Formats: sequence, structure tokens, C-alpha cells
Amino acid sequence: MRRLMLGNQAVARGCFEAGVKVATAYPGTPSTEITEYISNYNEIYCEWAPNEKVALEVAIGASIYGKRAICSMKHVGLNVAADPLFTVSYTGVNAGLLIAVADDPGMHSSQNEQDTRNIAKAAKVPVLEPADSQECIDFVKKGFEISEKYDTPVILRLTTRVSHSQSVVKEGIREEVDYEYKKDIQKYVMMPAMARKRHEVVEKRLNDLREFAEGTDLNRIEEGKTNLAFIAAGIAYQYVKEAYPDAWVLKLGMVWPLPKKLIMDFCSRFEKVYIVEELDPFLEENIKAMGIANIVGKEVFKLTGEYSPSFIKSAVEKIYTEIPYSIAQQIPPRLPVLCPGCPHRGIFYTLSKIKDIIITGDIGCYTLGALSPFNAMDTCVCMGASVGMAHGISKASNNGKKAVAVIGDSTFVHSGITGIIDAVYNKSDIIVLILGNSTTGMTGHQDHPATGYTIRGEETYKLDLLNLCKTIGCSVVEEINPYNINENLNKINELLKVPGVKVLIAKAPCRLHKRYKYTTLKRYVDKTKCKNCKLCLSLGCPALSLKDIPVIDQNLCLGCGMCESVCRFGAINSVKE
Amino acid sequence: MKESVNILIVGVGGQGNILFSKILGDVFLNTGYDVKISEVHGMAQRGGSVVTYVKAGRKVFSPLIDKAEADYIIAFEKLEALRWIEFLKKEGFLIYSDYEIPPIGVITGMYEYPDVDKIVKQLGVKFCKIDILSLLSKAGNPRVQNTVMLGVFSKFMEIEENFFKKAIENNVRSEFVEINLRAFEIGRSVDLGEVRI
Repeated sequence: MRRLMLGNQAVARGCFEAGVKVATAYPGTPSTEITEYISNYNEIYCEWAPNEKVALEVAIGASIYGKRAICSMKHVGLNVAADPLFTVSYTGVNAGLLIAVADDPGMHSSQNEQDTRNIAKAAKVPVLEPADSQECIDFVKKGFEISEKYDTPVILRLTTRVSHSQSVVKEGIREEVDYEYKKDIQKYVMMPAMARKRHEVVEKRLNDLREFAEGTDLNRIEEGKTNLAFIAAGIAYQYVKEAYPDAWVLKLGMVWPLPKKLIMDFCSRFEKVYIVEELDPFLEENIKAMGIANIVGKEVFKLTGEYSPSFIKSAVEKIYTEIPYSIAQQIPPRLPVLCPGCPHRGIFYTLSKIKDIIITGDIGCYTLGALSPFNAMDTCVCMGASVGMAHGISKASNNGKKAVAVIGDSTFVHSGITGIIDAVYNKSDIIVLILGNSTTGMTGHQDHPATGYTIRGEETYKLDLLNLCKTIGCSVVEEINPYNINENLNKINELLKVPGVKVLIAKAPCRLHKRYKYTTLKRYVDKTKCKNCKLCLSLGCPALSLKDIPVIDQNLCLGCGMCESVCRFGAINSVKE
Repeated sequence: MKESVNILIVGVGGQGNILFSKILGDVFLNTGYDVKISEVHGMAQRGGSVVTYVKAGRKVFSPLIDKAEADYIIAFEKLEALRWIEFLKKEGFLIYSDYEIPPIGVITGMYEYPDVDKIVKQLGVKFCKIDILSLLSKAGNPRVQNTVMLGVFSKFMEIEENFFKKAIENNVRSEFVEINLRAFEIGRSVDLGEVRI
């Protein structure tokens, strides 16, 4: 049956059909749905891991035991998982091991724009790059075959426009694949004597894969009717085909290692060949290194952001589409905001009232605390960085400038814990606010070890952050209610004077999560009491807006009551529905 | 129907943008087209500007719609209609809901919410403005704006009504099918008046 399928959903489908037994991930846009869709297949064991490094280690274990395994992540997650990645390249696999990595050209929801192909090349593992949902299914299956035949982990490189596009697929049936586990310390114990031998194996394997790349139908030449010629992979291939349906195209499904003979042969037929690839000049540099000179790449195509068919046209022919309707005046930007009722709002409102502190932020919904109206965040680098950076700032300033770290509960478990241990060990004087909303909010409500539920919603042991922080030696560990703005303001001001690593766990579940029920006492503005001071608007709540005086949209209000607590005139009241 | 059609669906996170595109994609798929849909996720879910692209044709390569390439823009929020207007073809058509969701900069008084109707008229765009609040009160549920808009849009496509209804049934959770079918009918019964395709 023909049906529309999201790229990530198709990767999950491919895993099902390929007989995958274990799937692990830490959620990260644009890769998250792969594992979510896999959790619908009961044949596959599936989990959220605390971070990508652990996730990959789980998948490696499953593979060595003889079961096909997939580990999914976004590009920045691959940095976290780089440690096991570089060595599993040496050990190789038993049953197939696929690492799906979704890059985000254009940074729709990422802190940088890195290109996974560079890490894959450095780790000496092959990379397949599908161009639509059908190829997502096909390449997953092909990836497992390559993984087993060449005894290597395989990276499936996706980009946002493949992961988050729906296109037409045909579904197949599941094939069961099992391998015996055999103890083999020469292969799986990477101490120097064994690893030296394995490095030889890895180099030979790359050569074998180069041979494979020449003959595989993953790479194909599509004949054209003009003299225009392109080399492209993934989504860039689609853009080329749309811009120039009559051009010659060498479509690469395997982007590392590259088929040298095929590329040389293709390029020798044309006066010049355009290489179209988003992000880094990866193909371009490697093709130039083959001694091929008649190629055009980044001198006309940009290094940053997403491409599109018209971008390719304008780069090749220097022609620009005329825009029939455009607006001279500036349109108000619509930045993402914390949801109505969001507990993080209380914390950022509170922090915005404290002068002379540096607030180190982290990755999650609460990164929005950096934006107006709070402007209550100074930094945001990567998962878990808030804690380590606050510690660094406190040491660098000799505690002259106070540092406060904010980090979500999911992110804290991901990689905040080690930062805290460091800060305690090295006698830091910082405050860490763990914003415990009992979910992974930004990526769409995934569970984590501190929620007490697995990916399939089964109850499990719930990591107790309060006792954990006490155990690792924090001087003060307390739970606070983020909605109690005035109380928290006093508490934080007080703790700024106390030495040691102080942890406040602001505990209030995400208002949008179905699991957590709030009693809703919606708020309304009493016109007779409102002095129009607009203080309530500084909460940045989407439910509040200014007509003649502030008004509350009853469709949006979730009744958190924060506006009531900041109003000095008692003009905001609750009314039971 | 035409050889191919490019549709941009714009709005604010949470307005049912993605469900709308899924239903529409199903309609095209079942009428024999190749279809691609692309959506932007992540931070946009949190009240940001959201855009979804739906493309149907004999063979669709790129899932993206570029500036000046959309046959239709369907806007669930007035301001978003303006934000994406550069994507409309010269002969394209704008269908917009007059629902207003002020962005945070407007709420805090940094910006003014523009007079969208006036600007749209000045631009000379072919448009159809939907008085959504009165239609939603007929539907009895504010959360079905997307299906009301689908009903309106269905009148622009030379596709049998049943394909739309079937697609709604296939994509909406069973307990909400009835209200969504009613919302679709409400949208479909909107008098387009002088509007011509």
C-alpha cells in the first residue's frame, strides 16, 4: 500500500523490517521521532537513555551479543557519543549496528550547524544518506547488511528536511536476524596490543568499502539531456532534480567512503561538474583530493544554512526569482515563548529581578529565559554546560560575581550530574536551579530516569534528584515551588551569600503534559481595580495581552496564578469555572 | 485538478498546522498524486511561527516551497499570512483566518500588530478572509479551526468532497472525527462570494 510517511517514521519502519531488536536514544530534534515510532513496534526493545554516549554503548552491547541495534541522535549528540563511536569502529560489530544521526542545516532547533560526515570520516565508518522516506526504509536495511558484511558500525546521515518531510513509501515485511555471541577478546577488548591490530583491520575495511562503493546501486548516474552535470546526495539531490530535471546527476547514496572510479569517470565526461551539498565542502574536498579539478562547489554554493531549488538555480545561473508580493514595513517577530502556565516562567521572572548575577543556561524549553521579557540568561552552549560554566565563572571571578546555573531535569540527568560533582569537589560557590518539569519538554514530552516512566509509559524506578544531590555533597538541597515568586526571590538572594554548591529543585510538572493534572482556576482582570501598570505583562505569558488594560484570554489561561501573585493591586482574581 | 500544486500552511505552534497538512497529503495521495510534506519542528512548537509545505504533482522532488512558488497560502493567523506573503506566486491565492494571536513583542508593547487587512488589499493579492470566530462558535469548539479552514480550502480544489472526509476519518483520533467532520462542513458551506479561483 502506498502511504505517506515521515522520514523518521520510515527509519523506524526500516528498523522493524530489518529485524532490529534494540533501539536506544536521547531525544533531540530532528531525530526524536525515530525512537518514538520504534516504540510502537513490540518486537523491538526500546528505551530513552540518559545521554547519547550511554545510548550508543547500549546499542554496541546488543550488537556484540548478536542482535541488530540502532542508536539515534541529533548531530550535537554525536559529539557526546564520539568516545564509544571511535572505538566501536575498531571492535566492529556482530549483528548490524546503525547509528542514525540527524543534522540540522539552517539550525531550526540547534545550537550549531555541524556536519556529521566529518566525524564519520574521522571515525572511519561508512555513511549512507537517504534522500526521501522510501530511501530511509531501504537504506536502513542496506545499512545493516553493510554493517554485518564489513564488520563495521554504519552511520545513517539524515538532515531536517529528510527527517521531517513526509513522502510516499511502500511497506515491507519483517525479517528476523540473529547471530550467536562468541567471546573474542582480540576483537572486543581494546587494550593497546589488540587495538593496534584492529587499526590495521579498520584501514583494510575502508579499502574494501571503497571497492563496494564503486559497484553498489546506492550510487547511481542519472542520465540527462543537457551538458549540465551535478554530484549530490540526500536532500540536495532533490533540490537539484527539481531545479534541473534534464541535467546529469551522480546521486550518491553512500557518501563515505567515496567511489573514486565512478566519480572520476563521471567528471571526465563534462566540462564542469557542480557539487551540491549543504554545510561543509565534504564531497568537494574529498573529490578534489582525488585529483579532479573540473568541479564547482562552495565558490558558488553557500557554506551555511539550508539550500533550495531556487538557491541552486541562482547560484548556477545567477538568476533571481522576482518576488511578486513583499512588504516594506517590519513584521513583528514571533519568537517562541514559554507556554501559558509554564513553571519556568516563575523562575526566570524571579531571576530577572536579581541584579549582579551571571546566569548560565542550558538546552531545553528554559533556554527561552534568555529572550525578552526576562533576558535572564547569559550563556547557552551545550547539554549540561550550565553547571560547569557557572563553576568556571565563580572560580574566575574569585566569587566576586555570583553565578547561577539553570538546567532542566532531563538535561541534568543527561550531563549535569558530573558538573555538580566537579563543582562540589572543587569547592565552588554556585547556585544550581534544577527546573524539574518531570519531562523532556522541548522535544515533545519524552520520559527520562527522573520521571519514573519508560518510553512505553511503564512505571519504573524514579531517580530522586533531591537525594542524589545531597549524596554527591551539595551544601544545600531544597525543593521549591516555582510559582512562589516572592518566596523564591528571598531564598535565592539569601543563598547567594551562602558558600558551597546550593541546589534548588524547582518542582512543577510541565503544564502541557497529559500525565500531570492541574486544577484550573482561570484568572481574570478586575477592571475596577486594575491601575494599568502592566506589571503582569512582564511575565511574558501568551494568555495576557494589552487591550485598553491587560486582559486574559480564557482559551489560553491554564490558571497557574502567577499573574495574580505579581499584581500589586489585587486586580487579578481567580474564578472557578 | 492542475498538474501540480504547492500549498503553504502557516500559523502559530499549536494551531493544528501539521494535522491539516497530513489530511491534505492523504487527499492528494488518494487521488493519485505524488506528495511531499515538510514541517518545521522544535522551538517553533512553543508559540513560534510555524510553516508546513504540502506539494502534490506527477513527481515531486524537493519538499520545500520557495519564495514566489506557492499556489496557495493558508494562514491560521492573520499576522502569519503577512509574514509568509513573499512565498505566494503572482497568480497565487491567500486564504486567511482573521484570528489574532499577538506575538510577545506586541504584548509587551515593543511592536504594533499591523493592519493586515489593509496591507493585503494594498498588495493586490487575491485573497479570501475567513471570519473564523463566528464559524468556530457554530462548530462549538475552538480547536477545530484547522478543519474549518480545510473545508474552505476544499472548495478551491477540484477534488470530490468524499476524499477530504475520508482523509479526516483516517487522520483524526476516533473520538474527534465527528466534530471535525462537522467543522469541515461548516468551512465548506462558507460563501466565497466574488472569490474566483
